[in-house]
Amino acid sequence: MNLDISFGQYCEGNSILHRMDPRAKIIAAIMYIVAVFLAKNLYAFALLLLSAIFLIAVSGIPLRIVLKSMKPLVIILLFTAVINIFWMEGETLLVSLGFIQIYLEGIINAILIAVRIIILLVGTTIFMTFTTTPIALTDGLEQLLSPLKKIGLPVHEFSMMMTIALRFIPTLTEETQKIMNAQKARGADFSTGSLLQRAKALVPILVPLFVSAFRRADELATAMECRCYTGGDGRTRMNVLHAGAMDYVFCILVIALGAGILVLNQFGGYMLSW
Amino acid sequence: MGKIIEVKDLTFAYPTEDGEAARNALEHVNLSIEEGSFVAILGHNGSGKSTLAKMMSLVLVPDSGAVIIRGKNMSADDVTDEDVLKARRDVGMVFQNPDNQIVATIVEEDVAFGVENLGIPSEKIRHRVDEALRLVGMTKYARHMSHKLSGGQKQRVAIAGVIAMRRKCIIFDESTAMLDPVGRKEVMDTIVRLNREEGITVLHITHYMNEAMHADRVVVMDQGKVFMDGTPEEVFSQPEKLWDIRLDVPQTTELLYLLKQNGLNVRTDIFEPAECAAEIAEAMKRMTDVRGK
Repeated sequence: MNLDISFGQYCEGNSILHRMDPRAKIIAAIMYIVAVFLAKNLYAFALLLLSAIFLIAVSGIPLRIVLKSMKPLVIILLFTAVINIFWMEGETLLVSLGFIQIYLEGIINAILIAVRIIILLVGTTIFMTFTTTPIALTDGLEQLLSPLKKIGLPVHEFSMMMTIALRFIPTLTEETQKIMNAQKARGADFSTGSLLQRAKALVPILVPLFVSAFRRADELATAMECRCYTGGDGRTRMNVLHAGAMDYVFCILVIALGAGILVLNQFGGYMLSW
Repeated sequence: MGKIIEVKDLTFAYPTEDGEAARNALEHVNLSIEEGSFVAILGHNGSGKSTLAKMMSLVLVPDSGAVIIRGKNMSADDVTDEDVLKARRDVGMVFQNPDNQIVATIVEEDVAFGVENLGIPSEKIRHRVDEALRLVGMTKYARHMSHKLSGGQKQRVAIAGVIAMRRKCIIFDESTAMLDPVGRKEVMDTIVRLNREEGITVLHITHYMNEAMHADRVVVMDQGKVFMDGTPEEVFSQPEKLWDIRLDVPQTTELLYLLKQNGLNVRTDIFEPAECAAEIAEAMKRMTDVRGK
């Protein structure tokens, strides 16, 4: 069993994107999402598509891996496409079979929305999960959100929770495997029977898993206390994040992309309805 | 040399859920640990050795008696959280399960965790982490994922986390119990080196006799009391006493002891197999010499 799967989709590399400050990447990803939703007509979408190709090229992540990450999207894409094709009403009627009426606008809409979802995924995964380790992401998030500490939000606690959760995913995965094997050795059956039966078969796995997770949590808390942990106050960090020139360049590029899209929207043509 | 940890008349019982009177886990224990020494605490499950460790690292609070760390009574009523924190900067603990004490995913970040808690400037943290990793021989693994290491390596990372905080005393609470023989040796070598070369006081709680042989002093616990206390030679040369409380002695000592009982004139305070063999050979030579005459 490959335990690395649980570590997100981080794809090792040494591209500009890999070396970027995680804070800059988070900001860039958010702005990119906004830019994607701004695009309304075909010209804007063409620009978006170019930007996505540019991102993949710069990140140096093999296209095969990017495509593989979209596999789970297929159902959502089909679903939205079907809804758009059959329910959208427009001016150009293409097919009319009884109550089914398909318009040209519906088909264009379906395609554009599919493209939008794909670009959304490519943009966020390239900026964040593919090129940033989960730990760097949590670190970046903590520092970005740190102004919120002033209004009493437990930002440090949140990021510590994330760090520990990430740390224990492989440990608990391994433990689940062990418990499953132990139950299988006693004749447990996880793969046959109705859905309800299979769900019931999971109970003997979940109970010991939870018990052990609580015991681990208890021991970890003691160990952390023994290492003088008292929460976020007065804590310093070994790795301090530094934003470099490239970080600013990328953020500005994404802003430029948004501006470009807004301009292209003015050229008209077919406009996406939502 | 001063005393780093002292416990005086320590008594403790774990609270029971149904209100029954619990057996005391510790009963009137007195012990003082010299700075720079290597003390092994031996005992069976339930002998109170782990409870004692938890008292000394201030995880548990005694029912009565006192834990004194570097001259400061930590069981007094006026002890504040600040005092506890200060004492914890001197006394660190390495636990039994390597998985449940590593906080971060990356090795060096875990080593840095404790130092970060002390509020030290970033460059100094870097320096201390590198130094600690070097001392436990894990420099190569600094950027590795902690969950992919072997048990022995994980424990060495945990040790690095403790020494990066520049602690004067480390308590090992059965830190070798969950390891395979290779991992156990790695960790033992590290512990011995830290004591001999870095002068760190070591309190090693274990039920492996062989590990206690490296110590300057062996304390045997039984039923919440100190049962024996002395140098390894003194303690292990009395196997009957240890057998009484169902503890083993090192195999070499056992062999020599049985030989002596059967009339061979040998010393019984030897642990190293090579030395043991030499002693037996010597004794046999003496015997043939006597016969020859």
